[in-house]
Amino acid sequence: MSLKILAVLEQRDSKLKKSSFEVISKAAELASLSGGSFEAVVAASSVEDAAKAGEYGAAKVTVLSNAAFALPCSSGYAKAVADYAKASGANVLLLSNTAMGKDIAPRIAVKLDAGIMVDAVALGYEGGDLIATRPVFAGKALQEVKLTSEVKVITLRPNVFKAKVSSPGASAEVLSSAVDSPDLKERVTEIKKSEGKLDVAEADIIVSGGRGLKEAGNFNLVEDLADALGAAVGASRAVVDAGWRPHGEQVGQTGKTVSPSLYVACGISGAIQHLAGMSSSKYIVAINKDKDAPIFQVADYGIAGDVFEVLPALTAEIKKIKS
Amino acid sequence: MNIAVCVSHVPDTTTKIRIAADKQNIEQQGVSYILNPYDEFAIEEALKLKEKNGGEVVVISAGGETSKETIRKALAMGADRGVLLKTNGFVDSISLAKALAEEIKSNGSEIVLMGKQSIDYDNSITAQAAAEILGYGCVTVCVDLKIDGTKVIAEREIEGGREVVETSLPVVISAQKGLNNPRYPAIKGIMEAKRKPIAEKDAALGKVHTVLSELKLPSAKNPGRIIGTDSSAVPELVRLLREEAKVI
Ligand SMILES: Cc1cc2nc3c(=O)[nH]c(=O)nc-3n(C[C@H](O)[C@H](O)[C@H](O)COP(=O)(O)OP(=O)(O)OC[C@H]3O[C@@H](n4cnc5c(N)ncnc54)[C@H](O)[C@@H]3O)c2cc1C
Ligand SMILES: Nc1ncnc2c1ncn2[C@@H]1O[C@H](COP(=O)(O)O)[C@@H](O)[C@H]1O
Repeated sequence: MSLKILAVLEQRDSKLKKSSFEVISKAAELASLSGGSFEAVVAASSVEDAAKAGEYGAAKVTVLSNAAFALPCSSGYAKAVADYAKASGANVLLLSNTAMGKDIAPRIAVKLDAGIMVDAVALGYEGGDLIATRPVFAGKALQEVKLTSEVKVITLRPNVFKAKVSSPGASAEVLSSAVDSPDLKERVTEIKKSEGKLDVAEADIIVSGGRGLKEAGNFNLVEDLADALGAAVGASRAVVDAGWRPHGEQVGQTGKTVSPSLYVACGISGAIQHLAGMSSSKYIVAINKDKDAPIFQVADYGIAGDVFEVLPALTAEIKKIKS
Repeated sequence: MNIAVCVSHVPDTTTKIRIAADKQNIEQQGVSYILNPYDEFAIEEALKLKEKNGGEVVVISAGGETSKETIRKALAMGADRGVLLKTNGFVDSISLAKALAEEIKSNGSEIVLMGKQSIDYDNSITAQAAAEILGYGCVTVCVDLKIDGTKVIAEREIEGGREVVETSLPVVISAQKGLNNPRYPAIKGIMEAKRKPIAEKDAALGKVHTVLSELKLPSAKNPGRIIGTDSSAVPELVRLLREEAKVI
């Protein structure tokens, strides 16, 4: 099968999202491995930096444009992308498994009578087949899946695949294709941003706190370290349920799935539901006074000590090397 | 109001997962199954809507005979009747969505509630796919829902905040934690549930496009190094993060 890949990009506030560059890089890699081709599309009212896709190897980006797309519109985006895929004859659609990617990928798959594999942490090309590896059962097992359909829709877990600048300074050709009759079944009327902070789902470094912090007020220790590292603050469910932290910060099965390059777990035991959300992080550091806590089973580096003593010292050391 | 809730029957999260010899499934021995936790939020929301507006709540589950336990749990919480769509073995989410959509259509349900994901295969596909097949509006990862007449105003969780989404009936909603606090079935509910009907039929599945080549355990990560027991280990930790891991 010769792959004809459509990299489906995402914008927010008219700028491409970082996860979209990961999608382009993977599309470029698969196109070259399979001797196929790829192009990129993005549904938007306008995109300021679409040409930047060129640095990651995209020759062409088509903006599927409609004024109503200034605010996210899943039904509209899904239809616009599916229509474009049909017209262009794409047989593989790659998206990022973001909130938007998850929302639209199944709808696109239904429209194209395609098979779908979501949340891949690896995607290989073997003997003419695409094989996705995805975590299942809260990360306790991995599933390898293939699709038998002619058209395939695949989403990639954000932050797992590398965004590679292959042609520094290159610009993609940006085309615009007006979407005349968008499906506006659902419309976002407002986006309520959580207070100014970096979100765990998008952060490259996360410092998370658990019940070991003892009370809400002590989270300043976690925040200070996060500030020093330029990191987002995360939390276990125990502290979210206790009302110490907002639910948006919760990492784990009932919270967010994250894959940062560094995850620092402070006073978190490492229950399976917590691990489900963070075990694909590249490096994990655990600080927990119980040396037998399960978090040490997944951690790369650990300090089996008291968060109240270790965290201030760690923050000070980070500040020292950063200055 | 005619409300449908789709529920799945999944291994308890605390279950230790062992892979069966054929590498296609998990070893079933010793695994206890539960009502998918997100589906509890879906049921609760359906019951609240019924309490406010009247109507019927039908619970639909596709699976084997044992999925009836999960349907009973939903009935014990207060749903009116159940439907078991019988399936055998591995089914992919879109072909399953097709069967659920058929049943929803035949019930004429205008409000469909599901969970944001099934905690077995963690797909997060079924709700969106069913909505698309039905031609209904859809709001996923929903943490707040208001239905007024045919108008739907929902909030969904996204990276860095929430979106306020407007749509209208008919609609499929996928529930996230935070939408409500699911009730526990009372003894009375559990007794009543035994008498509530569960219809059984074969699932009208769509084409299956997914092939499961292999299920495996993640390669055991080498347990991490415990560098020390107090702040004297901090300089070494920072050195490792800079020089070995190169992440800061
Ligand atoms: C259906 C379901 C879904 C769930 N979803 C999630 C989820 O999404 N995310 C999630 O996190 N959990 C989830 N949970 C809950 C999970 O099972 C755990 O209860 C929770 O993760 C525990 O949080 P914790 O580690 O902060 O608290 P604990 O388990 O109480 O651990 C506190 C840790 O702090 C350590 N400690 C105490 N004092 C100190 C100190 N001074 N210095 C250093 N260390 C100290 C202790 O040794 C202990 O290991 C879920 C549970 C269920 C049943
Ligand atoms: N076998 C099933 N029967 C009925 N509903 C299901 C089934 N599988 C999934 N669902 C519904 O779809 C939601 C999302 O599941 P999934 O797409 O598998 O992650 C679940 O929370 C259920 O509400």
